[in-house]
Amino acid sequence: METKKPNEASPVEADSVAPSDAGPSRRELLVQGSKVAAGIGVAALLGNLGNWALSYAAGKEPIKFGVLHSLSGTMAISEVSLRDTVLMAVEEINAKGGVMGRPIETVVVDPASNWDLFAEKAKQLLLQDKVAVVFGCWTSVSRKSVLPVFEKNNGLLFYPVQYEGEECSRNVFYTGAAPNQQAVPAVDYLMSKEGGGYTKYYLLGTDYVYPRTTNKILRAMLLAKKVPVDRIMEEYTPFHHQDYQTICGKIKKFAAGGGACVISTINGDSNVPFYKEFANQGLRAEDAPIMAFSVAEDELRGMDTSALVGHLAAWNYYQSVDTPQNKQFVANFKAYCKKNNLPDGDKRVTDDPIEAAYFGVYIVKQAIEKAGSIEVDKVRKAVYGSKFLAPGGEIMMDAANHHTYRPVLIGEILADGQFKVVSRSKGLVKPEPWSEFTNPDKGCDWIGHQGTYQK
Amino acid sequence: MSTSFVCLVEAQFIVMIISLGRTVAALGVVGLFLFSGPTRTIAADGPVAAPPTSSIEQALTQVTSEDESVREAAIRLLIEQGDASLVPRLEEIRATADRSIRQAIKPLMDLLKNRAKLTSPSADVRRSAATDLGSSGNPSVIPWLDAAMANEPNKWVRYTMEESVALIKLAADDPSIKAAAADKLGELGSQNAVPLMNQLVAAGTGAEATESQKMVAKAAVAAIDRIETWAVWSNVIETFFRGVSLSSVLLIMSLGLAIVFGLMGVINMAHGELMMVGAYATFVTQQCFTAWFSADVFDWYFPAALPVSFLVAAVFGWVLEATVIRFLYGRPLETMLATWGVSLVLMQAARVYFGDLTAVVAPGPLRGGAQVMVGVYLPYNRIFIIALSIICVLGIYFTLFRSNLGLRVRAVTQNRNMSACLGIPTRKVDSYTFAFGSGLAGIAGWALTMVGNVDPGLGQNYIVDAFMVVVTGGVGKLAGTIVASLGIGGLNKLIEPYSGAVYGKVFILVLVILFLQWRPAGLFAMKGRDVD
Repeated sequence: METKKPNEASPVEADSVAPSDAGPSRRELLVQGSKVAAGIGVAALLGNLGNWALSYAAGKEPIKFGVLHSLSGTMAISEVSLRDTVLMAVEEINAKGGVMGRPIETVVVDPASNWDLFAEKAKQLLLQDKVAVVFGCWTSVSRKSVLPVFEKNNGLLFYPVQYEGEECSRNVFYTGAAPNQQAVPAVDYLMSKEGGGYTKYYLLGTDYVYPRTTNKILRAMLLAKKVPVDRIMEEYTPFHHQDYQTICGKIKKFAAGGGACVISTINGDSNVPFYKEFANQGLRAEDAPIMAFSVAEDELRGMDTSALVGHLAAWNYYQSVDTPQNKQFVANFKAYCKKNNLPDGDKRVTDDPIEAAYFGVYIVKQAIEKAGSIEVDKVRKAVYGSKFLAPGGEIMMDAANHHTYRPVLIGEILADGQFKVVSRSKGLVKPEPWSEFTNPDKGCDWIGHQGTYQK
Repeated sequence: MSTSFVCLVEAQFIVMIISLGRTVAALGVVGLFLFSGPTRTIAADGPVAAPPTSSIEQALTQVTSEDESVREAAIRLLIEQGDASLVPRLEEIRATADRSIRQAIKPLMDLLKNRAKLTSPSADVRRSAATDLGSSGNPSVIPWLDAAMANEPNKWVRYTMEESVALIKLAADDPSIKAAAADKLGELGSQNAVPLMNQLVAAGTGAEATESQKMVAKAAVAAIDRIETWAVWSNVIETFFRGVSLSSVLLIMSLGLAIVFGLMGVINMAHGELMMVGAYATFVTQQCFTAWFSADVFDWYFPAALPVSFLVAAVFGWVLEATVIRFLYGRPLETMLATWGVSLVLMQAARVYFGDLTAVVAPGPLRGGAQVMVGVYLPYNRIFIIALSIICVLGIYFTLFRSNLGLRVRAVTQNRNMSACLGIPTRKVDSYTFAFGSGLAGIAGWALTMVGNVDPGLGQNYIVDAFMVVVTGGVGKLAGTIVASLGIGGLNKLIEPYSGAVYGKVFILVLVILFLQWRPAGLFAMKGRDVD
């Protein structure tokens, strides 16, 4: 075409630029494009509308459950199994039609063993994702970090791990053991003739709130039972401590003459060097049995158990508990891990916190169905006094103090990393978050009082 | 015959039959009872004549009697004459008996089992049995222990048997036996006797003590004195050993870091993770041995894992050097950050790939320990680590100071440009040195599987201590690392019995801080001009 000079006005000529030859004009393109876009938009809207209409008609808006367990970092070793358990329980419930006909949707977050991140993630779950209930935490530090978040926003946390007590929150349900359901019966057992009639007690723990508080309670209990002060020794080691030579030497000296036992609240990876050193220094389980409160089947999987055979632990559930529903539960869990290609597949084991996480989900399901709503206040009321046939036997939620009635089982470690139950409480033990030995004047009651009260 | 005589005969005959029947019935009941369980041959007692066997049988039935005195007499008899072959039968009785009988039978079963174990081929089992017999307090076991003692080849098992006999005699009624036992225990240096002897002393020095009690108390006091004096000495020896053991652990951890940090000036925050790599290599070797070889060569996985962990860690180090560190020479802060990032990646990768729970079973020869003196018990795994650290130090010394390769390494680290001028391939030397330091970290990981756990956080447990040792010793000097590890390890173990583990560590850290204020360059500082 001839080039036009830019400042020359060109008269409109009918035959100078023929639109049909040069393709669609920009205006036409724009109009066409917007028509297509509008068409797509309408179709999408209709589609969504239809979807919404369907779900509205069927009432299938999902209920959200939050999972607040560390999936990386130092606590991943323990907490990943709890996430898997909650997801498995949710899958089971959804397969049977969900809760009140609605499916459960899980919102899984990873606070990465970082206690501050726990609080942040809890806030995210409650305020952003608007979950109905949260299953989470393991260490007492993480629980204490999230407590203000749950109390301020009136959320509900189900906490499945044994802990030191001295807490009574309206927004937490404690499905793990309180000290009177683990530590105190364990020491009672050791004192009894059946348990060996031990007279000297070496309280050994990692240096943080749980062992310190538990040992405070145990010391008060031993002194109340007239054990002389020189027969009680208390010692703490830092986290990740690896060198137990001196401590094992002290235990040896303490145990000379017989009648001594070690009450171990050592947590985490310090357990392995401790048990190894204990065995390598020639101490046997008969000389001074170690009663541990933080060693379960899951931890034993990663240890050379030859050094541990004959030592004891106190829990409310073991994988070896012989009930039909437990056999089913263990098989289901292994199959679930295998199906989802989780590390170690069907070699996974179940233990007390796993069982507590599992029945926690079902307790919530029952409570929502009983209350007919997911409102926190109604669900909370419905949880009080509810019962469930857990894998280890029937458990019951306390009517007022937010804890759980559970049986106490003393187990002896076997070579394959399982436990043999050597003693069991008669029936379920009522939970007391405020121990009768250190706080006899305090109680926990959310029905008759406002939580912790003076008796 | 008159009918009366016939009647008499008949009556006598009937009486005979009835009494015979009763005996047969009784025997039948006894027989039924005894042979109701699985059949077994009664050959255990050997060619013993029938009468003692039947009294044992009688005792076995009487053990379940309601009358306590009959039960106790039966138990006493069984202890005197019985042996371990009776244990299965007692187990059966126990299974169906009620609680009080069960509690009475259990100690009996333990005694009989331990009696059998006294002749076991394993020294540990014999010793364990002797200890348990001693704490049973039952005087009937003394002849067993005396008999076993006479044929015992192992010094320490004999010691335990003598101690057990003396402990039982200490609780006897006769004061002269008590005093003799106290003397013997003092001579043996037995800590186990101290609580009992303290009770005797308390009884003998009380207001109403009799003459014999006073005599026994006097013997006990002398014995306690001997035992406690020896305890002080054995404590000193054990503390010394523990200090050396901790120092050796610190040393093998720090040697690799000393080379990398000290010689090359590279702050490698991933050093702990390289140790973790070595530990996991050991775990994988163990799994391979379990999967591919038979169980009786299982213990050889440990020596086989040594080259594996060295090489794997060296390869990781070599890759790390080539991809990350090479670009950051002379920039310590950036190296620190970059290697910190690498350490996080390695940790989480181990967590994802291995899961968190991996168990390394110690090989047989390294389990347990050796008793060298009364009260001094040295675990084999720690002796092994001490030997290993000495070998490593010697190896490094010869490599660095007596070989061509070492000469080049030292040349490059002292004056890189000049070495390059002289034709040394500095890039290659850097790679080798870093790989070698990483390989040493791998060896440390291999050795530490004996002491601790294999988990992704393993490196984090040790990295701070390793840096502390290297910095305190003086960066660049091997001798400094050795002295610093001895000092820190020894001091830690010296304070720990008094301050506890937590404050012991705090004290050591404070000391290191103060020391570095006084001598910032460490114990053995590099003298001369800083060329780089």
